[in-house]
Amino acid sequence: MAQHPFPFSAIVAQDEMKLAILIAAVEPAIGGVLAFGDRGTGKSTAIRALAALLPKMRATAGCRYACDPESPPACSDCGRLKAGGSATKVVTIAPPVVDLPLGATEDRVVGALDLERALADGVKAFEPGLLARANRGFLYVDEVNLLEDHLVDLLIDVAASGENVVEREGLSIRHPARFVLVGSGNPEEGELRPQLLDRFGLSVEVKTPNDLPTRVDVVRRRDAFERDPPAFIARWKKEDDRLRRRIVKARELLPDVEVSDAALERTARLCMALGTDGLRGELTLMRAARAAAALDGDAQVDDSHLKRVAAPALRHRLRRNPLDDAGSSVRVERAVAELFGP
Amino acid sequence: MSPQAAAGPDVPRPSAEAMKLALDALRVLAVDPQGLGGAVLRGSPSPVRDAWIRALQSLMPAGSPMRRLPLHVSDERLLGGLDLAASLSAGRPIAQSGVLAAADGGVLVCAMAERMAPATVAHVAAALDRGEVAVQRDGLSRVDTARFGCIVLDEGAQPEEAAAAALRDRLGLHIPIDEVPNDGTLDTVPPAQIDRVQRARHALPNVAASDDIVQALCAAADALGIVSVRAAMQALRAARALAALDGHNDVTERHAARAAALVLAHRATLLPAGASAAEDAAAPELPAEKPPPQAPEQASEQSPEQSPERSPEQTAEQPVEPPPSQPPADDAAALSQAMDAMQDVLIAAAAAAIPPGLLALLRAGRAARSKAAAGGRSGAWQQASGRGRPAGVRAAAPSAGQRLHLIETLRAAAPWQRLRREAMPANAPKPRLAIRASDFRVIRYRQRRTSTTLFVVDASGSAALNRLAEAKGAVELLLADCYVRRDRVALIAFRGAVAELLLPPTRSLVRAKRSLAGLPGGGGTPLAHAIDAAGALADAVARRGETPTAVFLTDGRANIALDGTPGRAKAADDATAAARRFCALGHDALWLDTAPQPQAAAHELALAMGARYVALPYAAAADMSRLVRAATASR
Repeated sequence: MAQHPFPFSAIVAQDEMKLAILIAAVEPAIGGVLAFGDRGTGKSTAIRALAALLPKMRATAGCRYACDPESPPACSDCGRLKAGGSATKVVTIAPPVVDLPLGATEDRVVGALDLERALADGVKAFEPGLLARANRGFLYVDEVNLLEDHLVDLLIDVAASGENVVEREGLSIRHPARFVLVGSGNPEEGELRPQLLDRFGLSVEVKTPNDLPTRVDVVRRRDAFERDPPAFIARWKKEDDRLRRRIVKARELLPDVEVSDAALERTARLCMALGTDGLRGELTLMRAARAAAALDGDAQVDDSHLKRVAAPALRHRLRRNPLDDAGSSVRVERAVAELFGP
Repeated sequence: MSPQAAAGPDVPRPSAEAMKLALDALRVLAVDPQGLGGAVLRGSPSPVRDAWIRALQSLMPAGSPMRRLPLHVSDERLLGGLDLAASLSAGRPIAQSGVLAAADGGVLVCAMAERMAPATVAHVAAALDRGEVAVQRDGLSRVDTARFGCIVLDEGAQPEEAAAAALRDRLGLHIPIDEVPNDGTLDTVPPAQIDRVQRARHALPNVAASDDIVQALCAAADALGIVSVRAAMQALRAARALAALDGHNDVTERHAARAAALVLAHRATLLPAGASAAEDAAAPELPAEKPPPQAPEQASEQSPEQSPERSPEQTAEQPVEPPPSQPPADDAAALSQAMDAMQDVLIAAAAAAIPPGLLALLRAGRAARSKAAAGGRSGAWQQASGRGRPAGVRAAAPSAGQRLHLIETLRAAAPWQRLRREAMPANAPKPRLAIRASDFRVIRYRQRRTSTTLFVVDASGSAALNRLAEAKGAVELLLADCYVRRDRVALIAFRGAVAELLLPPTRSLVRAKRSLAGLPGGGGTPLAHAIDAAGALADAVARRGETPTAVFLTDGRANIALDGTPGRAKAADDATAAARRFCALGHDALWLDTAPQPQAAAHELALAMGARYVALPYAAAADMSRLVRAATASR
C-alpha cells in the first residue's frame, strides 16, 4: 500500500484540499496545511500522494539534513564536508514527506544519541530524528489532534524557528529543520490546541461528497486502485506528470506574481470584516492567493484567486463565537460575498 | 445508571437471521479480511462469541496468526520497540516487533474495545489504512507490514458505550452476537466449508464487478443515509467475496443485495423512502419482471454444508442472470429502469436487514443523535491511570511512586561504558554494564486532574421557554474554554418523567453542539430523578480520576416524584431526599436558580445538597459561564 501511493490526480473532488496542498508545494512559506474533516474522505491519501508528485530537488551528498548545495552551510554535516576541502557532491533526491506516527517518542522526533554506536564503540554520536529528515520537505502528522502534548510543544517551537536545537545526553546540536507541517484529523475525536492551530497557514474542511456520481467515482477508482495498483498508477501517470510540471512552472513564476494595491486593500478589508487576530491572516491570504495565481499561470493576483483561498486561509483565525451557530466557513463565505459581490 | 433507564433495555432475542448474518460474515471475512477491515462483535462475552472467533480461525489460511490485543496494551508492545534484554546481551540495539505487526496476514482481536484508549484506536486505525506500522521509537526507525482483519469485541452495555467510531467506520461487518443462537452451528466447521473459502480466496482477484453494481451499491448507501464512503467500498468487497464463494466470476445482483444487508444495513441512519414496509414484505418489493432473485436468495440462506454442492448449479444459471451490461445502447430508458430496479432490490435487502433496535430508533428519527453520542466515549479512559500522562524524562534517582525509565537510563549510561571500565582497577571483575547513580532517569508525569462539568438542565415546561437557550449558550461557551484546558463537559436534561443523559462527558465542541441542537423542552419537572442521575454520573466521573462539578440550572419546582407520579408534595420530598443523597457523595455543585422570582424552597434544596446557590433571574449565557468557571476554579 505505502509502496504504491494513490495517484494525486486520481483523487475525486476535494478541490479545496488539493488546492491547499498544491499551494504548500509551490510556496512552502505558507506555513503548513491542516485537513480536518469526516472519516474516510481521503485526507491521508491526498497527503501521501503528494510524495510521488513533488518535483525532485538538489541536495548536498552526505548531508543528513539534505541541505541545499547553493546556500551557505547551515548544519554540522555541511560544515564538515566543506572543511574537508574537496568539492562537495550534489545529488538529486525526491523531497522528503515524513510521517510522524502518533506513538513516536521524543528521541526519534528530535534526534538523540546513536544507541548502537554508543553501545558498541562507546562513541558519542548524534542520530538525527524525524525533524532532520523532514528538512526542506513535508512533515505529516495524521490524527494531529491526538498527538501528545509534549510533542505538540516541540513541533510548535521548531516550526516557528526552522531550527531544531538538541540539548540532551551531553549532546549539543543544532540543525536546520524547515518543513511544511501537514496535519489531518477528525474534529469529533478532539479539538486541536489553539497554539498549534495557529501555526497552520491553511486550514481545509474536508467533507464527504454528497452527490451520488462523485461517490460512485470515489468507490470505482479506489476499487480499481486496490485491485491493481501499478496499472492504476500507470493510467494516471500522464495527469500526475502534468500536475508536476504545473508545480515547477508555478514555482518559477511565483516571485514575479504581482499583488496590486487594490488586491492588498481587499485582503485587509476582508480580514477586518471577519475580525481575525493579528496580521498573520492577511499575510497568509496574500501568499496563498499569489501561489494560486502562479498555479494558474497568471502574473497578477485578482479577485478569483482571493476568493478561492479566503476560506482555507482565514477560517481557523476567526474568534470563536459559540453562540453564532454558523460555522467559520459560512462566516468567511458571507464576508467574501459581501465584499466581492456574487 | 438511571438516565438510560428511560430508553428501556433491549433484551436480545436469538434469531435465525442473526445466525445467518454471523455465518455469512464469517465466510466473507475469511475470504477477504484486509479488504473488509474486519467485524465488530457487539454483545457480552459468551460461548457463541468464542465459537465464532474459533470458527474464523479455522477458516483462515493454515498458520495465519490470530493475536489478541489486551485493553491496556502499551505503545511499545503495540507498535514494537527495543528488545531490552536482547539489546543488552548483544551490545547493539535489537528491535522487537509489536502486536500489530505480529498479526500480519491474520486477525487481530481487540478485547473490550469500547474502553480502548484513543491513542490505541488511532494506531490500529492507521495500521488498517496503510497495511503497515511505522515505528519511530526508542532510537528505532522501521516499517513493519501489518495487513490483518480486525475483530473488535464491543461489550458496551449502554447505547453510549461503543467502540470508537474511527474503528467502526473501518470495519465492514457488524454482528449482534447476543442474538446469535447458541445451537452448536458454529462449534464445528465442516472441511467442505474450509475448501470453499480457500477456493474463494484464490478466485477473489478475478472476480469482477460491473459499473452497475458499483453504482447500485453507492445508491443504496446513499438511500440509507450512510455518510462515509468507506461503507460502499466495503460493500463492494463483500459482494466480491460472496461471488467468489459461489464460484462466480462476476458479482451478480444477488451478491450485491446480500452484501448490502451485511455491510450497509447496520450503518443506516435513515429509512429509505418506501422501505418502511420492507421488513415485513421484502419479497413483494422485488421487481416483478425478475423471478430469479428470489430463489437464489434462499440459496444463499441455506446452511453452509449444502452450499458447495449448489455452487455449480448456480454457476450454470449465471449466464441467464447478468444484469443490463449487454443490452443495446439505444435502449437507454430500459437500462436506467433496470438500474433503478437493482437499486431497489439492494435497498430492500439492506432495509430488511436493519437490526430491530436500530429500526425503532430510525422510526423515531433519533438515530443521528444516538450515533453521535456513541462516538468517542473511549476518550474517558485515557486518564484512568492516576499518574497522569507521561511528559518526558528527567534525571533523578527513582523513589517511591516514580518509575525508572530503563531505556533512557541505559542511553545516559551508554557513552561512558568504555571510560568507566578503563577507570576500574585492572584486576576487578568487569561488569557488563557500569551504571552510576547519575545515569538514572525517571519518567515525568504530568499530573493534572481533568475537571468535568456536568450540566443538569431543567427542560420542563416551566423552565424551557426562557432558560434552555441560555443553558445551551453557557455550555458552548464553557466548551470553547474547556478545550484549551482539556476539560470536559456533560449534559443531563430532565423533563417529563425522567432525566436523560444527553451528552456523555466530552470535550468535542462539534458533538456537544450537535446534541444540544436537538434538545427539546416541555413537560413535568422530575427533579429528584435528575439529582440522582447527576450524582451517579458525578460518581462515574470521579472514578475515572476526574473532578466533577455539577451545575443545576432549574427553578426548583419539582412536580414529578421519583416513581414518576405527578404531585408537588411528594415530588418536593423526594427532591430533598435526593439532594441529601447527593450531598453525601461529596461532589461539588452549583445551583443556579433560574426562576423569575427566586424562592426559598430552591435555596433550601441547594443547601441540602451542599451546593453553592446563586439566583439568576436574568442571567445571560456569558454571565452563566463566568459563574461556572469561577466555581470550578475556586477549588
